[in-house]
Amino acid sequence: MSQIAFLGAIEVGLLFALVALGVYLSFRVLQFPDLTVDGSFPLGAAVCASLIVVEVNPYLASLAAAVAGAGAGMVTAWLNVRLKILHLLASILTMIALYSINLRIMGRPNIALLGETTVFTPLEALGEAVDMPTYVVLPIALFGLVILVKLALDWFLNSEVGLAMRATGVNPRMARAQGIHTNRYILGGMALSNALVALAGALFAQSQGAADVTLGVGVIVVGLAAVIGGEAVMNTATVFRATLACIIGSILYRLAVAGALNADMLGLKAQDLNLITAVLVTLAMVLPGVRMPFRGKRKGGMTS
Amino acid sequence: MIAQRMGFAALAAAVSLGFSTLAVAADKHVAITQIVEHPALDAVRKGVKDVLAEAGYIEGKGLKWSFESAQGNAATAAQIAKKFAGDAPDVIVAIATPSAQTVVANTKTIPVVFSAVTDPVGAKLVSDAMHPGKNVTGVTDMTPIAAHMALVKRVVPNAKRLGVISNPGEANSVSLVTLIEAEAPKAGMSVVVAAATKSGEVLAAARSLVGKVDAIYIPTDNTVVSAFEAVVKVGNEAGIAVLAGDTDSVKRGAVAAAGFNYYDIGRQTGHMVVKILHGANPGDMAVEGVAKTDLHLNLKSAKTQGVTLSDALIGEAKDVIR
Repeated sequence: MSQIAFLGAIEVGLLFALVALGVYLSFRVLQFPDLTVDGSFPLGAAVCASLIVVEVNPYLASLAAAVAGAGAGMVTAWLNVRLKILHLLASILTMIALYSINLRIMGRPNIALLGETTVFTPLEALGEAVDMPTYVVLPIALFGLVILVKLALDWFLNSEVGLAMRATGVNPRMARAQGIHTNRYILGGMALSNALVALAGALFAQSQGAADVTLGVGVIVVGLAAVIGGEAVMNTATVFRATLACIIGSILYRLAVAGALNADMLGLKAQDLNLITAVLVTLAMVLPGVRMPFRGKRKGGMTS
Repeated sequence: MIAQRMGFAALAAAVSLGFSTLAVAADKHVAITQIVEHPALDAVRKGVKDVLAEAGYIEGKGLKWSFESAQGNAATAAQIAKKFAGDAPDVIVAIATPSAQTVVANTKTIPVVFSAVTDPVGAKLVSDAMHPGKNVTGVTDMTPIAAHMALVKRVVPNAKRLGVISNPGEANSVSLVTLIEAEAPKAGMSVVVAAATKSGEVLAAARSLVGKVDAIYIPTDNTVVSAFEAVVKVGNEAGIAVLAGDTDSVKRGAVAAAGFNYYDIGRQTGHMVVKILHGANPGDMAVEGVAKTDLHLNLKSAKTQGVTLSDALIGEAKDVIR
């Protein structure tokens, strides 16, 4: 693996760490299985790219993308808490609706950002000034951003509001008995979750030169793999560790993909990529001593 | 904790296996990436490879050939582009718009030849198709729509309403539908568009056209072409002639197509790659349009879909399936 491919995997991993943190908020903190992500990721890309091509400041455009993502998350939560639609279905409804909405926002399926001024343009210039190639500067900058987001999220989840949100996820009935307006916290948590995902989409579009409606394919799968993979390789007893696990899980997943891309010499071909990735992620998860729940199930499983 | 470290170690081992692939000695290195596996895109790849072989660049004998498919995933496409940028091959061939955009975003120095991109200027791959100027050039697959509308009228002379199925989510299809809507009235036809956002919706889209159209034209839309049999099924059942924008679909049941096939596009792309391997500068090479078209007919489908093809038409055809 070349240095560019390795740092590239870290870069994409850090971008998707934002998705993983968002998925952690919905799936783990709120216990809300949220597939909106497959729509809010390209939504962020669409909003950001549409604004950048009409000369809006890229930082503002990225912020607008996060706000749009928050809106999408709130729609899902609203469908669930107000209209009483099952959470999974509510998120699927928002996800499929967003496909059309993203097309409307962009006016076409693909907006190219190659050569436009993006949030990364000043970083590239800075890199040139200190003679550091872009593929080194970008992961460093993203690392800073992701750590910042992680620490902010840690602080938030340990604040009074954050604790109420966690209580909402763990035991909604008990939370309500304590005077917590659980619906409000679900709305807020889903907004925050999808804002992070949309921000990731906006940054991904800017680093990869285009926003495309197909960007969302499989984002939720990758996000979940990162969250669960992270939990498998480290202890996640505290919020600090759990969010760190999301970031590590996301980077490990991308390193697995990069490894799979370089597995040609084993007689494996391009079409085997997803399979190899799955095997590598499985190995990384199973080897650390096989988590107890899995083992328990295997022994007591349906062996008829 | 020890067990946890083993997990990291396993992954690290898997990754480091990748490191060892670097040392393969070859004279020229061509790396090719495509967004997804799909018959037309695969044909492009084969065309490139065949031309390279004819020019003496045979895989394993003077040519290192790297191929990766993103399997439809944008993040994987980005990682493939980064891998290629790091491997620094002599030429990167990028098939279809999303792959081409990620490659161009990740290298400003390695020569890039894109292929099967309909609108390279709109996709910002090049700023000027005649004089690309930088490290990027390639072949577009913009369909000769006017010629296709004329063909529809030759196959179904009394066609007044033309059905078109496309995925509004595909950049290429959107521009094709716009072109069709401009060109069909000139051939005396109105256009009815049915949308299919994924291949599973193609059958329903085709059925929605029954009774509303006299002929169906399928542009080079990845989603619809991948489920082409569904359109043919409806055409056969309802007696509506199905025409296609690509000749590969004639084998799958279209009555006629005056197109290019993607293999020829790949060959055209291959010739550009060879020129660059011989020292040409991609910035000096104009983006090429479809050079070779030919008429393909399917007489079996003509019969089931209720149209009679004239002898003149059959005489012109390059390939006739009987």
